[in-house]
Amino acid sequence: MTIVISVENLSKFYQLGQIGGGRLYQDLNRWWARRRGQPDPYLKIGQEDTSATKGEAIWALKEVSFTVQQGEVLGIIGRNGAGKSTLLKILARVTAPTDGLVRLKGRVASLLEVGTGFHPDLTGRENVYLNGAILGMNRQEVERKFDEIVAFAELDQFIDTPVKRYSSGLYVRLAFAVAAHLEPEILLVDEVLAVGDVAFQKKCLGKMGDVAGEGRTVLFVSHNMGAVRSLCKDGVFLHEGRLKTKADIADTVAAYLNTIEVNGQASIFDRTDRSGQGTVRLTQMQLLDKDGGPMQSIHPGDKVNFVFDVDGTVPTLGCRFTIYNSLGQSIAAFRSDPKGLEDASDPERPCRFVCQVDHLYLIPGKYRINVMLKALGIVQDQIEGAYYFEVLEGNLDGRFIKQNTAVSTIFPHRWITPG
Amino acid sequence: MSTPILNHKQDNPAPRDPSWSDDEWTLIIRPKRSWLDLRLKELWHYRDLVVLFVRRDFVAVYKQTILGPLWYLIQPVLTTIVFTVIFGKIAALPTDGLPPFLFYLSGTLIWSYFADCLNKTSVTFIANAHLFGKVYFPRLAVPVSILISNLVTFGIQYILFLGFLVYFWLTGAEVRPNLWVLLTPYLLLLMAGIGLGVGIIVSSLTTRYRDLRFLISFGVTLWMYATPIIYPVSSVPEQFQPLIMLNPLSPVVEAFRYAYLGAGTVNLMNLLYSSVFMIGVVFAGVLLFNRIEATFMDTV
Repeated sequence: MTIVISVENLSKFYQLGQIGGGRLYQDLNRWWARRRGQPDPYLKIGQEDTSATKGEAIWALKEVSFTVQQGEVLGIIGRNGAGKSTLLKILARVTAPTDGLVRLKGRVASLLEVGTGFHPDLTGRENVYLNGAILGMNRQEVERKFDEIVAFAELDQFIDTPVKRYSSGLYVRLAFAVAAHLEPEILLVDEVLAVGDVAFQKKCLGKMGDVAGEGRTVLFVSHNMGAVRSLCKDGVFLHEGRLKTKADIADTVAAYLNTIEVNGQASIFDRTDRSGQGTVRLTQMQLLDKDGGPMQSIHPGDKVNFVFDVDGTVPTLGCRFTIYNSLGQSIAAFRSDPKGLEDASDPERPCRFVCQVDHLYLIPGKYRINVMLKALGIVQDQIEGAYYFEVLEGNLDGRFIKQNTAVSTIFPHRWITPG
Repeated sequence: MSTPILNHKQDNPAPRDPSWSDDEWTLIIRPKRSWLDLRLKELWHYRDLVVLFVRRDFVAVYKQTILGPLWYLIQPVLTTIVFTVIFGKIAALPTDGLPPFLFYLSGTLIWSYFADCLNKTSVTFIANAHLFGKVYFPRLAVPVSILISNLVTFGIQYILFLGFLVYFWLTGAEVRPNLWVLLTPYLLLLMAGIGLGVGIIVSSLTTRYRDLRFLISFGVTLWMYATPIIYPVSSVPEQFQPLIMLNPLSPVVEAFRYAYLGAGTVNLMNLLYSSVFMIGVVFAGVLLFNRIEATFMDTV
């Protein structure tokens, strides 16, 4: 196999904070000091004169190295701010790295956004040509593919209407249709599939799959673990600007999910990755079984008590939580407010919320819970991944329920089969 | 014309050696490029994009207007009428013995080409930050397309000017077009070059210092008064004339007027000075522009 992308010790440094105001004067002073071989006059005492430690600054990427082979479909995953988009921007040549080297073989096209350069006053036809040229196609290529693009977008009767009259769905379809017909050897795709309706998203994923099938190399950034897992063979996991894992996609996604879980294992009381006003905070969360003891194992249909302890009371305090599956999709949401007929309050425990679920109809798999405390419309405390739990395989009404990552819920049901 | 955007070689059979030599790669991304790596060849590959930008500018500007492209003619005519009334009649500035209307129209024509080039190229980075932040193409395609679309505007206005010129000539006005008109393309090149050079220097610096945006908007107007647009050089006191000619645009305007109207001063040494200035400012501008384009997304 041929290596088509080689990333070597790639680093990118960003200066944070306000730029402007006295900048010219500082720049000139800095330049003059450097000319005379003196240190930077604006560097704070105790800081070393390297860009690594300058004031308010971060390394968005730090010494990242990997190679990509021809035909590989690589998913780039990580939390927000892990450097995924920065990496893609450097490869797309939108910005330059601070250090390191990237070598590429073949024509590169980047799709960091759909509809880049669309002009609202131009017609669909005019925008197809313009957008195609911006993405790197020449006129012959666009002409050759024009009919195909229009057919893919399913909008032939609107092609001579200005795009500002399009519905947003139509707009996105046309924009993606142009992008989908690029024929680069290397395609860089950022989280652009989050737009458009579900049917069109599937079509786009299919088209990307075709692209990969033709021996082209695709780099794909997404938060949608489902899409990443179904599209990509291999994955790169970035964490705080560094490369954590480069392996096949299942291992990479697992590594990514593990780091989220490590956060979840820390005591909720000590966690700092939370937001909200903080007058009242969540101190503990646990799952208790029907007898009030800690939940040892959870099977489909079990009774579960979700218990939340807080460190104080304020009027109208409410508790909400959402269950997510391992692909990051939300499955179910629960909220203590507005109240239900069977709700009750326990005067002996003024600082505890208990949500009793008689039957937890979840398919075996791993789940995550996000919690939010709210009072008088103000968020008091919010924690992502406050709790992780696993539902094990087992019987529900005598039927064996197996692990299945494609679905997350099950309803109690019975079959009547042909007799 | 089936040139790929990047010259890529056909699939290499197999890696020969893990230590790749640079020439096997089609694209190498480094922190900094050399100052002289202007990549003009790449700009040529993107010529279709330049053409489409020109088309977009042209089509989009007058969509949803009633008069449409007629605005290209209304603007210079109205400006010229105002100039004729205020500077010709009220202030009674001399016009080298030429019909004031033609005098001001010729000045407005060539000046507005320059001013439009400068004004529009000077916001290249800021106005296109969103586009530049999402996709790569040679950034110079934008200022180059601005020069070309302004040239189209100029062409329309130029025909209008020729019309008036013929009308005045037929009615016996003192106008003497001469062989210097053959120099028109070169004069335009000088105006375009200086406008481009100054414009992209300003656009590069505005990524860091936004102040320049304010400076440029009234700076261009001030520059017009330092150029013999509303007055002929001959009306300037003798001792200040070299000062006016220090402005690299003055020789161009004077030569343009002399070529079509037959009055004014045309001096090859002065034009040579303008040419040297133009080459210098374009070169400096392109160097700076290329330097800034790699990382401007981080500061803009």
